[in-house]
Amino acid sequence: MLNSKVPSGNLSEKWDNHKFASKLVNPANKRKYTVIVVGTGLAGGSAAASLAELGYKVKNFCIQDSPRRAHSIAAQGGINAAKNYPNDGDSIFRLFYDTIKGGDYRSREANVYRLAQVSNEIIDQCVAQGIPFAREYGGLLANRSFGGAQVSRTFYARGQTGQQLLLGAYSALMRQVGKGKVELFPRQEMLDLVVIDGHAKGIITRNLVTGKIEKHVADAVVLGTGGYGNLFFLSTNAKNSNVTAAWRAHKKGAFFANPCYTQIHPTCIPVHGDIQSKLTLMSESLRNDGRVWVPKNKDDKRPPSQIPENDRDYYLERRYPSFGNLVPRDVASRNAKMVCDEGKGVNESGLAVYLDFADAIKRDGEHTIREKYGNLFQMYEKITDSNPYKEPMMIYPAVHYTMGGLWVDYNLMSNLDGLFVIGEANFSDHGANRLGASALMQGLADGYFVLPYTIGNYLANVPMNDKYSTDHEEFKIAEQEASDRMKKLVSMKGSKTVDEIHRKLGMAMWEYCGMARNEDGLKKALEVFPEIREEFWKDVNVTGTNEEFNQQLEKANRVADFLELAELFATDALHRNESCGGHFREESQTPEGEAKRNDEEFTYVAAWEFKGVGEKETMHKEDLEFENVKLTQRSYK
Amino acid sequence: MSADKIINLTLKVWRQKGPNAEGKLETYEAKGISQSMSFLEMIDTVNDELVKAGKDPIAFDHDCREGICGMCGAVVNGQAHGPDGGTTLCQLHMRKFNDGDSVVIEPWRSRAFPVIKDLVVDRSSFDRIIASGGFVSVNTGGTPDANALPIPKHDAELSMDAAACIGCGACVAACPNASAMLFVSAKVTQFALLPQGKVEAGERARNMVTTMDEEGFGNCTNIGECEASCPKEISLTNIARLNREFMKATFCSS
Repeated sequence: MLNSKVPSGNLSEKWDNHKFASKLVNPANKRKYTVIVVGTGLAGGSAAASLAELGYKVKNFCIQDSPRRAHSIAAQGGINAAKNYPNDGDSIFRLFYDTIKGGDYRSREANVYRLAQVSNEIIDQCVAQGIPFAREYGGLLANRSFGGAQVSRTFYARGQTGQQLLLGAYSALMRQVGKGKVELFPRQEMLDLVVIDGHAKGIITRNLVTGKIEKHVADAVVLGTGGYGNLFFLSTNAKNSNVTAAWRAHKKGAFFANPCYTQIHPTCIPVHGDIQSKLTLMSESLRNDGRVWVPKNKDDKRPPSQIPENDRDYYLERRYPSFGNLVPRDVASRNAKMVCDEGKGVNESGLAVYLDFADAIKRDGEHTIREKYGNLFQMYEKITDSNPYKEPMMIYPAVHYTMGGLWVDYNLMSNLDGLFVIGEANFSDHGANRLGASALMQGLADGYFVLPYTIGNYLANVPMNDKYSTDHEEFKIAEQEASDRMKKLVSMKGSKTVDEIHRKLGMAMWEYCGMARNEDGLKKALEVFPEIREEFWKDVNVTGTNEEFNQQLEKANRVADFLELAELFATDALHRNESCGGHFREESQTPEGEAKRNDEEFTYVAAWEFKGVGEKETMHKEDLEFENVKLTQRSYK
Repeated sequence: MSADKIINLTLKVWRQKGPNAEGKLETYEAKGISQSMSFLEMIDTVNDELVKAGKDPIAFDHDCREGICGMCGAVVNGQAHGPDGGTTLCQLHMRKFNDGDSVVIEPWRSRAFPVIKDLVVDRSSFDRIIASGGFVSVNTGGTPDANALPIPKHDAELSMDAAACIGCGACVAACPNASAMLFVSAKVTQFALLPQGKVEAGERARNMVTTMDEEGFGNCTNIGECEASCPKEISLTNIARLNREFMKATFCSS
């Protein structure tokens, strides 16, 4: 049984008490500690900046050419906080409750409460950094609504909230880089974690420009390396998003929790053609004003403008009158799949539904809609060549976010001492489904306001003169392994491109582990995935060498890890014989087709321990205890 | 979504092995390109063929493919990010091209952006400009309530217009002087319009301009190519504001 180290006491007092009980590092001693932060997104960037401000020496790594390009930048809609500025009844407890319920009661109460508590400070911090949030005419901050909540608590900067928040964290980070407090390593990819006597003490990286393998030592390692949605090949993730850092840590002993919890986002531009390289999200904020519908009758091929009101089915409004178009993402996605399965889907593929702004434009005027969503409408038109001011958008669910990730305790530390995991890369706050506008909140909460405290408590217990060097045997072994692997990848020169194999994996993932899963499919997946993995290691063609700038090699190295993760994903999905949030097992549903949990058997976190490639992993459990909310069948009716 | 039309193109692509190697334009045939593809998907297709033939694929930077990360970019037929206005290369779609077209693809060219390989350039000079002043000097924690200071909606909107810059470098590539004035001015303007950023406005303008010069970017001579090529349509008026902030800081006593 895993120990989550949740402090005792009342829910609302846990964090304050814990901060007080935590040990501190003397300000003059902080500079004697080095912290490696991998990733420069909302979590990694904010953590690196905040730790450097406190006085720690920070080494910060990213695979992009600049920290400003981390994929947090693509988040569109907004960030939640319990400010209750609109006076509509919000509170810390309500944000906590909505998040726990939205996650279908599969997240850790104390973590989620803390998240809601620090949410307000995040907004204060961001405004102080000069982030141009949307405002009302009186000069105060504007809010909008997101799915799974009946209050307006989402702060936003047009449809580019992630960009603005990331650039805020990036500017704070660059300020520390300018001061020499953070050493920045762009175009560097982590290939391994170095563990010495059970403690994370460094990483092995590859310089993506020269191909050189490098060793970096530290007193603690922080991973803020994002999610693994690209496992599906087609997703809304950036092309270079990957699981490699987290997966290599997993192979070094860090437990991987709830890998099967995947978020399929309901509003994405539908797939076109078979050469497509990625999917594009249309922000959930659009559901504030857009109405989702399909033709009432099967195979109705009329253009949308010629389908009269009577022949339209606004299925979300019909089935969920109180939340309507703003049901949580998992519910919206599943319903889109259901109506398309019934043959009512639109688009040539039959795999799309309408998101219609005609009523909103009639009510508020085109100008207002343009002001709110202009950049999204423009992006939609660029991609589809169709004008959403005139024709309804066509949307379909796509893989977007992964709630699963490396297991961490209340301090955001993994089961490996000194390895901290923040943001999407960990598992802790969103349960089986994440609510919209909560990813930005969690990334910044972890980086600005949680980790800087909890890592201090850890480092205070690390003796100052207990230093290792990169000459340590463990560094040499890890360096050799990383180097051998690179050489192996470029040596095969087989007949398949990396993308061909990745696409094949992605299609199998979507088929067997997608929006609906069942026992037969998952068992089949467990036969298919190892075959694809073997094919990769026999027949992949990585051009060029390992000692140069080589994007094929970068890709191959990441896909190799996806191929291993896929197996764990299916194992986890098969073992969790219940539906919860984004994990929908067809065997476990209510008569109305909603996800049906099995609280008696599955109210726990499944944290998996690596046992070797192709070997079945060992499961460790963390029981989830709910002292402040009552577990109920989620209802958004 | 309109039906896909298939086109064939002739590409002339800048190939350069490394920073010190000599580069040249190589010719490739891009066959069977669907017009619904993005420009980068077209290059993916060509690269797939190259890999299958055991040849080195064309190196190019890209990541989000949604026009927001700023990672991608190339000069296409003489235009940074290609012929479609207000668009990054990843959001440029092949319906802007016709069957039989010749397409010349080159990297950003500027002394401050050395080529790493093919279409990939080193833009770390932009990071160094930001590190020299592109921030508000606040530490984490202890900030006042977000609504303590009202900001006129109009100012917030103008600030956001400037803040939309994605740091892709198209402005530099398009400018005959390879000036980074539009990039610098966008950051200076975003902060100068907000009370939080006003405190350090002068110092910021001075420091960022100094670093820009040190990095080897040229000067602005009001040509306007930067604005025309900017995928986020950042306005030239930002440069006017930068000049004002810079002059205020340099020539006026406080």
